[in-house]
Amino acid sequence: MAWALDSERPIYTQILERIQIDIISGTYKPGEKLPSVRDLAAEAAVNPNTMQKALSELERTGLVYAQRTSGRYITEDVDLIQDMKKEIAESQIRDFLEKMSRLGLNKEDTLKLMEILAKEEDT
Amino acid sequence: MSVILECKNLTKVFGPKTALYGLNLSLESGRIIGLLGPNGSGKTTLIKMINGLISPTEGEVLIDGIKPGVDTKKIVSYLPERSYLNRHIRVAQAVELFSDFYEDFDRGRAYDMLARLHIERNEKLSTMSKGTREKVHLVLVMSRRARLYCLDEPIAGVDPAARDFILSTIINNYDENATILISTHLISDIENILDEVIFLEYGQLRMFSSVDDIRFNQGKSVDTLFREVFKC
Repeated sequence: MAWALDSERPIYTQILERIQIDIISGTYKPGEKLPSVRDLAAEAAVNPNTMQKALSELERTGLVYAQRTSGRYITEDVDLIQDMKKEIAESQIRDFLEKMSRLGLNKEDTLKLMEILAKEEDT
Repeated sequence: MSVILECKNLTKVFGPKTALYGLNLSLESGRIIGLLGPNGSGKTTLIKMINGLISPTEGEVLIDGIKPGVDTKKIVSYLPERSYLNRHIRVAQAVELFSDFYEDFDRGRAYDMLARLHIERNEKLSTMSKGTREKVHLVLVMSRRARLYCLDEPIAGVDPAARDFILSTIINNYDENATILISTHLISDIENILDEVIFLEYGQLRMFSSVDDIRFNQGKSVDTLFREVFKC
């Protein structure tokens, strides 16, 4: 099944984010080998050159490293993955707080509401 | 990156009508490129000139540095707007025909794709639906190991599931030394597999840009941009 990509943002950015999340969430384990560019491009139903570009960018950030002949692997640096996870979580929380503020909820109201909902989910 | 296709001041006049006017274009190897434009903008005229079916009124088109002829037909795989295959032959005969004509034809690849599309070797083209006949022709064209593929409306007549199959075939057979030029109106279906798009308008180049540059700079898809640029 092709990856769900929206039509306004660059394809490259979207596949980069998608793979990043797959790494952070553990879909790809530290040290695991990534599928080839061609296989990933076919799975995502995107242009292979675009996939190549996204993987090169992941290499630049250190999340992925290339072994000259055998392909690309996920980093074994668990701290780096944790840092990335924190960074993405923070940015999503900021977006969320921004949305709540547009609804007229200040931070305290939002936190209170979140606590109530979190408790409800537990029970 | 080497240039596989070059158009220099390419012009084609049909009687009172100018189909292409002073087109300058240079396409690199290893790209998948969409050839887009409203009806009558010159897409098929360009593709026909690349394949030597019609000659330029002025200017020239070069494939890997040479003018269209026997030598370029060896490296250009062409899917015409309408299939020229004889309807009275069977699938296997069509495969043999291509195998006889083109040195770079890969029979195994053709039969593999046909099997995945559930098309039988002994089926006659005349008993097939229009869409299935189009699939057969596309399979033949994509089974060559060409340097340049020119596909004139390859997905218009086939169902959405077969469209997905065709697109994945294009990705899976993608060779970094080959360029694929696809003319189509179904932009949103193929947008994600394109590197670049060419917009033609009244026989002239309106835009030549990468898909992600369009999305990045305009914040909209190529499909949306097309609808805006060519709004009637």
